[in-house]
Amino acid sequence: MSPLCRFLRTPEAVAGAIILVALFAMALTAPLFFPRDPQAIAGPALLPPFQDWSLPLGTDRLGRDVTAELFHGARTSLAVGLAAAAAALVIGAVVGTLAGFAGGLVDEMLMRITDAFQTVPSFLLALAFVSVVGPSLGVVVAAIALGAWTGPARVARAEVLSIRERDFVAGARVIGMHPLEIAFREVLPNALPPVLALSSVIVAAAILTEAALSFLGLGDPNRVTWGGMIAEGRTVLRTAPFLSIVPGIALVLTVLGVYLAGEGVVETTAVRRSLS
Amino acid sequence: MNRALTLIRRRLIGGIFVLLIVVIGTFLLLEAAPGDAVDAYIASTGGDAGMIELLRHNWGLDQSALTRLANYLWALLHLDLGQSLAFSRPIREVILERLPNTLLLMGSATALSFGLGSALGIYAGARPGSFRDRFLSIGSLALYAVPGFWFGLVLIIVFAVDLRWFPIGGIESIASGKAGLDRAVDIARHLILPVSALGFIYLALYLRMMRAGMAEAWRQDFVLAARARGLSRRRIVLAHVARNALLPLVTMLGLQSAQMLGGSVVIESVFSVPGLGRLAQEAVAARDTPLLLGIILVSAVLVILINLLVDIAYAVLDPRVGASEAGA
Repeated sequence: MSPLCRFLRTPEAVAGAIILVALFAMALTAPLFFPRDPQAIAGPALLPPFQDWSLPLGTDRLGRDVTAELFHGARTSLAVGLAAAAAALVIGAVVGTLAGFAGGLVDEMLMRITDAFQTVPSFLLALAFVSVVGPSLGVVVAAIALGAWTGPARVARAEVLSIRERDFVAGARVIGMHPLEIAFREVLPNALPPVLALSSVIVAAAILTEAALSFLGLGDPNRVTWGGMIAEGRTVLRTAPFLSIVPGIALVLTVLGVYLAGEGVVETTAVRRSLS
Repeated sequence: MNRALTLIRRRLIGGIFVLLIVVIGTFLLLEAAPGDAVDAYIASTGGDAGMIELLRHNWGLDQSALTRLANYLWALLHLDLGQSLAFSRPIREVILERLPNTLLLMGSATALSFGLGSALGIYAGARPGSFRDRFLSIGSLALYAVPGFWFGLVLIIVFAVDLRWFPIGGIESIASGKAGLDRAVDIARHLILPVSALGFIYLALYLRMMRAGMAEAWRQDFVLAARARGLSRRRIVLAHVARNALLPLVTMLGLQSAQMLGGSVVIESVFSVPGLGRLAQEAVAARDTPLLLGIILVSAVLVILINLLVDIAYAVLDPRVGASEAGA
């Protein structure tokens, strides 16, 4: 049975995959369906959902189209979540490999730095970083990655510690390969699977952190974000609660989709590895 | 006792190293921030170029970066975190004023997530693979996907706006003149919603860990032995399976403290609880970088202390921990 078949046989994984496909479709088609600026006024203010079919989810306090904002917000959430997770995984894999392979003082120093990053609450660190450097998409991605690389680094280090004692590493040494080349071309690729298994958790956490940052007004001001929409809706919480509820549901579904699909992938690959 | 002391000494030395790295990190961030303390001071009071020069000299800001780092460390050693720009008061005072509220919120939320999470985890793990196990697993995953600040808003909409059961925010009724027990009840009523918002998010983690640990413990020989001795299922679940799965959760308690502190930033903002997290948000809004970095330092110290307490608790609970270190 192929891994794809096995993946499709678990209902949770399928549900996760469907959510993710729908989300990517939303993100990709946003400029197609809603070519206008989503932050422009589209109708009367505070129009409730399901009243006007040209504005299916109604409008917010300033008369902006909630549906268009939701579609464009999906782009930001996915872009930031994926970019931050990728950056965190790369930094973590490199630091972990260096620490595990070099050992000694290098290992000790890199692991103390990792400890320090784990001691500071990652959300506070992101908050401080964005507020010092200034909010833009790239800075938000960097701020989130800054607090998320420690997990992958620890896993990569543990994996490298066991791999570096294997015969093929000794073989590479014997043929005179440079230690850095051994570390990154021979050891790192073999240490990757357990590191990559963390990716769904990291993507999910990154999406939630981005939402919390933009909820506190530290997102890129030129982009629509779900967190920003919730903050905007909060000012009219009593009269129009749906303005905060709708983007929140989008967030919950997104993160749930990432978790479910990620768990499905890990489970199918784990089965495959234990069989081989 | 000797064993615990060795452990504490080792952890404290490690903690000081970590703290030093955090201090250097915050110093670098402080340097990267546009403008310095003099700029901020002049912006609020006004002054000419000569006065700026004089202040820079007096505050030691015209010296090299290394000297300034040394000054910064020296001041921190005297527990002097500097002056808050937004509050025009020493940062230490401002932080100490807000700290108790955050500790109360965090402590209650931790108790809720740990208590309820492990209880539900035992319930799910008592029969691995059963309907209730699957239901709780998926339910906890869904809970884990909920952003804390949004969950808080939903709680406000339902319980404070619609049902009017609880106050909408704050830590206690303003100028109520309440004292003693009345005041405690008042604060508790204010804290129910924020504690639920913060606690329920992290509950999922403990539930899943407990459940996974129990699924693992069921396969062990001592469970088989307990069965062979004819012990009741209830006794096997509680005294043998759950008890062995509980220890890793204690470690998690320490690891989660940093996350919980980060989570309390948004929760305190949503519920206007005057704590450390809300202070961080106020510092960001007022561009008060020294205050923000002071909060980060205090949080790091807090996390180190909590982890130390967890380590001690662990050493008391599990006699194997640290035995080899003390013997050496």
